[in-house]
Amino acid sequence: MNMIVCCKQVLDPEAPPASFKIDPANNKVVPPPGVPPVISPFDEQAVEAALRIKDNQGGKITVLSLGNNLLRDVVKKPLSMGADELILLEDEAFEGGDSWSTAYALATAIKKIGEFDLIFCGRQAADWDAGQVGSGIAELLGIPSVTVAKKVEAVDGKARVERVIADGYQVIEVTLPALITVSNELGEARYATLKGIMAAAKKQPIIWKPSDIGVDPSQIGAPGRRSKLFKLFQPVREGKCEIIEAETPAEAGTNLATKLREAKII
Amino acid sequence: MAEFKGVMVCGETVEGKLSSITTELLGCGRRLADELKEGLLCILIGNQLGEIPQKAIASGADKVYTADDPLLKEYQTDSYIAVMEKVIKDVSPQILLLGQTAIGRDLAPRLAFRLGVSLSMDCLELNIDPDTKLLQQTRPVYGGNARAIFTAESFPQMITVRQKAMSPLEPDESRKGEIVPIKVDLDPAKIRTKVIETVKEEIAGIKLEDAEVIVTGGRGIGSAEGFKQLEELAKILKGAVGASRPPCDNGWVPDTIQVGLTGKIVTPELYIAVAISGASQHLAGCSSSKNIIAINRDAEANIFKEARFGVVGDWKQVLPAFTEEVKKLLAG
Ligand SMILES: Cc1cc2nc3c(=O)[nH]c(=O)nc-3n(C[C@H](O)[C@H](O)[C@H](O)COP(=O)(O)OP(=O)(O)OC[C@H]3O[C@@H](n4cnc5c(N)ncnc54)[C@H](O)[C@@H]3O)c2cc1C
Ligand SMILES: Nc1ncnc2c1ncn2[C@@H]1O[C@H](COP(=O)(O)O)[C@@H](O)[C@H]1O
Repeated sequence: MNMIVCCKQVLDPEAPPASFKIDPANNKVVPPPGVPPVISPFDEQAVEAALRIKDNQGGKITVLSLGNNLLRDVVKKPLSMGADELILLEDEAFEGGDSWSTAYALATAIKKIGEFDLIFCGRQAADWDAGQVGSGIAELLGIPSVTVAKKVEAVDGKARVERVIADGYQVIEVTLPALITVSNELGEARYATLKGIMAAAKKQPIIWKPSDIGVDPSQIGAPGRRSKLFKLFQPVREGKCEIIEAETPAEAGTNLATKLREAKII
Repeated sequence: MAEFKGVMVCGETVEGKLSSITTELLGCGRRLADELKEGLLCILIGNQLGEIPQKAIASGADKVYTADDPLLKEYQTDSYIAVMEKVIKDVSPQILLLGQTAIGRDLAPRLAFRLGVSLSMDCLELNIDPDTKLLQQTRPVYGGNARAIFTAESFPQMITVRQKAMSPLEPDESRKGEIVPIKVDLDPAKIRTKVIETVKEEIAGIKLEDAEVIVTGGRGIGSAEGFKQLEELAKILKGAVGASRPPCDNGWVPDTIQVGLTGKIVTPELYIAVAISGASQHLAGCSSSKNIIAINRDAEANIFKEARFGVVGDWKQVLPAFTEEVKKLLAG
């Protein structure tokens, strides 16, 4: 089983909301000082989905990350979890892209890798929450896709996927090769083992520049965008909370109920 | 752009009825179409659609295209894409609206890549720029910490809209409109997925999306037992129980009651958040509630920035007294 997982490096989405700042003049997010980036959480779970298949029936897992100035400690995490190979599409020219330019570059790199049975992506990247690149890669490669998976098994040249829907899930069978996007319902991604971390430290990522995969420069990064960012802003919060004071927590609870009655909320 | 005309809504049906997101999309689509002085079109895909197209007209559509076929009974990416690709190529709308639902999330991006156009998912606001006549597409980004407004210069301008972000029109059964059945040659051999089984994990009682009162617990509840106390309160208030993501991930409660960016979007009158820190991804699902009440032992918790009333304290001490008093007040 040849598997490819696409992992994006993002600002830590669990950083405190108060630390989130933007530079409105340039429509850019200002990274909070001292908070290192992470692999987007759903992508870690995509790695986990591939590892579970590898645990069961063996196989090779190649991780693909696209960006610029990728921190080695961050992007190597999937290797320390048990992935076999890391390919970085790393260049200034990849910067400032949208779902179109990203999916195009990743799909072109996947064609160069050539052999694959399953491609995994996260359901959405935790920075722009676009939720498109997985389906985009599948469409560009002409392979079927199943999105928002909570369980993936490979049997007899097919994948059996549990896809999350509003009031439960669907069991879907899809022919291979296929692309699957993974959701948090899959369960937590495993921790890196010490052995894994040591093995990952020794592995060098393969670096591909735009010319290595033969992409058209007008189709990647900012020039390849099909959507225009007109404005980025932070919604204003009113922030007028009345804190119920009391001698004891229980009394505060009682007072809260009275307050809600006075305000005609209950 | 002369050849791209009209606003099209991709409708969804649920249990033989127009789904609520579809009436919301039609409400929003009607406003955009009127502003552009163009028609509002709707496409309905399914099997045995019956009276549903008529309902779409009552909800604002001028023209409803229907693709009615046994092969379309259930949503499958390949078959629905084939229908949508044909309809879009035949009709050439300038705007295409879909719902941010299990179907819309899957269908919209693949269709956008097939058509070669850009797409904004999960939009909260849509406005026509008075100068360019292009659609300004506002969506939350960075887990709800920021909003971005996008525009596109390729047609159709494709959007998915968050549930409950738009208002439906009052249905008017006397509205006139046209229903146009469309014929699509579907080749079953080209449908590469098969639905083996659909498993419903519905919760007894009031549905989260319909509840006027929601009692939601977070990581600080600590266990499945803890949630029993929230259930008791919810029952007294005739409401439903929700959760932030950790209780779902930990298996204390079913995944289907997760509220937030990647869970349910809720807008109740009263939202009681117990032991929830108020991460932006959680608030994304509940910040449109009328009244948010927070119980948290950390006075600095972000949830207090969104709440109208709050208690700083251990929920294990606050909640029983609160529940007791609520019971008394409602009885008296
Ligand atoms: C891409 C992405 C999507 C996400 N989607 C969602 C989503 O849809 N929904 C969602 O909820 N989350 C989502 N998350 C996760 C989100 O970022 C937070 O991690 C999560 O909401 C935190 O849940 P919490 O508030 O219950 O837990 P915590 O942040 O751990 O907060 C627990 C709170 O409980 C309080 N507490 C603890 N014990 C007590 C006590 N005894 N009495 C009173 N208070 C107590 C603490 O003070 C603390 O404030 C998403 C994350 C990402 C990256
Ligand atoms: N720059 C990137 N490098 C690697 N994978 C990516 C990148 N951008 C997006 N992806 C993959 O596509 C998924 C969806 O991203 P998005 O459509 O941007 O929300 C992510 O969860 C990743 O699996």
